[in-house]
Amino acid sequence: MTATDVAADVTAPGPMTPRPYRVVARRQDTHDTATLDLIPLYGEQAHWRSGQFMMLYAFGVGEIAVSISGGALPGEPLRHTIRDVGAVSHALTQTKVGDVIGVRGPFGTSWDAMDAVGGDLMFIAGGIGLAPLRPSILEAVRRRGEFRRVILLYGSRPGEGFLFTDEIEEWERLHGFTVHQGVRAGLADVVNDPSFDPAMLLTLACGPDIMMEVAAKTLTDRAVPPQKVRLSLERSMHCGIGLCGHCQLREAFMCVDGPVFSYDQLVPLLATEEL
Amino acid sequence: MTTTAVRTKPTVAVWKFASCDGCQLNLLNAEDELLEVADTVNIAYFPEATRTMLPGPYDVSLVEGSITTPEEIERIKMVREQSGVLITIGACATHGGIQALRNYADVEEYTRYVYAHPEYIETLETSTPISEHVKVDFELRGCPVDKYQLVEVIAAFAQGRRPRIPTYSVCVECKRAGNICVPVVSGEPCLGPVTQAGCGAICPSFNRGCYACFGPQDSQNCHGMADRLAALGMTNDEMVRAYRTFNATCEPFHAESMRHERARKAGAEEVEA
Amino acid sequence: MRTMGLAAIDELVAVLDGAGYEVFGPRVRDGAIVLAPISGVADLPRGVGDEQDAARYRLRDRGDDRLFGYAAAAQGLKPVLFPSDELLVRIRKTPIGFDLEEPEAPARPRAFLGARDCDLRALAVHDTVLSSREFADKSYGQRRDGVFVVAVSCADPCGTCFCVSQGGSPKPGDGYDLALTELVDDAGHRFVVEVGSERGAEVLAQVTTAEAAESDLAAVDAQVAEATASMGRTLDTEGLPELMFAAADSPHWDTVAARCLACTNCTLVCPTCFCTSVEDSTDLSMSTTERHRVWDSCFGARFSYIHGGVVRASGKSRYRQWITHKLAGYQQQFGLSGCVGCGRCITWCPAAIDITAEAAALRASLADPETDLETAGEAR
Repeated sequence: MTATDVAADVTAPGPMTPRPYRVVARRQDTHDTATLDLIPLYGEQAHWRSGQFMMLYAFGVGEIAVSISGGALPGEPLRHTIRDVGAVSHALTQTKVGDVIGVRGPFGTSWDAMDAVGGDLMFIAGGIGLAPLRPSILEAVRRRGEFRRVILLYGSRPGEGFLFTDEIEEWERLHGFTVHQGVRAGLADVVNDPSFDPAMLLTLACGPDIMMEVAAKTLTDRAVPPQKVRLSLERSMHCGIGLCGHCQLREAFMCVDGPVFSYDQLVPLLATEEL
Repeated sequence: MTTTAVRTKPTVAVWKFASCDGCQLNLLNAEDELLEVADTVNIAYFPEATRTMLPGPYDVSLVEGSITTPEEIERIKMVREQSGVLITIGACATHGGIQALRNYADVEEYTRYVYAHPEYIETLETSTPISEHVKVDFELRGCPVDKYQLVEVIAAFAQGRRPRIPTYSVCVECKRAGNICVPVVSGEPCLGPVTQAGCGAICPSFNRGCYACFGPQDSQNCHGMADRLAALGMTNDEMVRAYRTFNATCEPFHAESMRHERARKAGAEEVEA
Repeated sequence: MRTMGLAAIDELVAVLDGAGYEVFGPRVRDGAIVLAPISGVADLPRGVGDEQDAARYRLRDRGDDRLFGYAAAAQGLKPVLFPSDELLVRIRKTPIGFDLEEPEAPARPRAFLGARDCDLRALAVHDTVLSSREFADKSYGQRRDGVFVVAVSCADPCGTCFCVSQGGSPKPGDGYDLALTELVDDAGHRFVVEVGSERGAEVLAQVTTAEAAESDLAAVDAQVAEATASMGRTLDTEGLPELMFAAADSPHWDTVAARCLACTNCTLVCPTCFCTSVEDSTDLSMSTTERHRVWDSCFGARFSYIHGGVVRASGKSRYRQWITHKLAGYQQQFGLSGCVGCGRCITWCPAAIDITAEAAALRASLADPETDLETAGEAR
């Protein structure tokens, strides 16, 4: 590369500049979790895929990475389900309809749930981890006939509360989802079920690291190919675009190589503590 | 600022305990920002700056100084009761200050040297941080505090957010400022690597080593630092002083100073591992 | 090939200045060589050399007239092209939302006089990391765009230099518009010039030069060969990425952690380190906020913070992250080494930790677990 090869696009807004989005609907999900529907103040709505995340900016407070919890069909508002755990998430959960926040994205890899077509699809969610899975769950609902079994294991810590309970009931009743309350027990039921076919199963998991690791290990021990267990990891993200270095897990940038990884990619990365 | 005027502005009180007033002075020194501060908050009690003294309770209390007398123990409890948020400002209030050197000495003897009539002096044997007596919501470091950090803390609490106060080392500020590393280029000892940023790397900017007045950074390795200081020729005696000067009551500095004091007393060349 | 005399350096700076460049070059400040704006030869460190070792940097009087007789300066090009604090966007609250205002690109492109091969290879790393992937760093691109480089061969590498181990050379190989090799011998004080770009040729045409003699070229070769042979340190790169990954659980990290002060200096002087934080600040009335990109470091605790805790809590995990990323992670991420062998992390580490010695110790610990790790790490 010579000194003159690198040219910058000096007119387009930089990737670190947020776009203003207005809160058009707000729902309080649990005591500390709220869901916001957002539309851009001007310009086109962003297009995203299930599993991707946005950087949400609360004016004057700061910015955090939040997975998209809404459907990815054209025309749907951008939806985020946010748990109040820090200064920025607090400010975001406190917004009211009509407020304006900043949005950058979408960023990161997607669940690609449709890889399970013709087979079984299992969602494993811990706490707020149900939110990033919801876009793929809606996909599975919409195209339910293309899957054999669709399973949802959902657990939460005591006091954390449960998200989307109305919808879960509907997924079970109207769309034939097999729903288990509690991840560990549900997992035992699934793998001990006589109809359990490890070669036919695609698993998408989102929750605390330890929950996902236990689930991935249990499944791969029962002959599920590690490529077909996908996990969404959380690490410190500042830029969302692979430039700032915060979210690195060895050679992986969580924000561009993740957040969704298949378990075979993660085995060497999760083997060492504090990596 | 019609919008802020309509809202009730949070009330702020500034309190003094055993201290030199330098931190309060830094608030007064923030002339440009102070007008805006006054627009944002209502300074209800600040004897050093104004005769107006509105009664409590106060939304935010800034506390300067450490606890060195029985009277102060009672007074800080009273301050706590009247305060929504209590913020300590400076090394005295946060880590005992220079006067915490008494914690390692015989206070009665000190008093005899200093005062003509020591019998009139009622004092505690120790200088302790505010957090040893009441709950503290935020501790701002420095001897004195940095005025920009002070304004940031006031703004953050007035705006209902966490203050942006970094906890990494002075070296980060030094390198960002383009300073040349003092110990590397001159061999002069510098405590910057174990010290929390916030001052803007003032001393290294003037080619002096850091004196650690902001206390330990979040990942301090005081033991490893001491090994390097020794390599630059620092004696155990100097090491004891280096770690005690401003923040003697904070654990990592205290522990490291004790290690060198034991070595000094033992007359040993080497300190224990 | 052409040669030019000392006076031509002044001409060169004037030509660049006249062409609109802000010219940066080496200067002495606070006991070290730094890169700063210059207006001519008078600003350059004539006759100044350096001595560098772990945690030690001293300038010395060379006893000659060389302008570029020192090794790696305190920083590479990073502080100019990737500043420690960059305003990204200013955001103002409006009745309906907020307005966004990005700062203008710098008015004048930069020219660098005196960049070394390690500086240019580091620049190529930054170009790859910051400008060649899906998302580019806009402000870096703006500062990088149109940069003019007058590189200089290293005549006198220092004790912490090991560029040759990292595929570099005292003589700039690529990425320059003009490259000078400074010669001081019986034939006089002169610079042999190589042209690296059309722009370089255009600039050189406006400067007084003469045809280089065979003997000049021979002198360049001899000087470069001598410099190549006098690297202060070496780093064995055979199978290094695999080795670094394999060493993830080595007990050696504990011995480094005992010495490492987690001060961040190595990362902030490293010309390829690119980690930053996004900082949003606000005025007191909450009407305007600014977003800044500031240098950060994987040695800080907050760096890996997510709600509920810090991913890399121990000092050893942070040192491991840094050196593994440098010597192995970059290879996976960008297809190149993150280390150009400039030696700055060794010189400017206040704890005298030496990346070449640590890599050697890790290699030894994997080869023979019985190796005395403590001594291996400190030996050189």
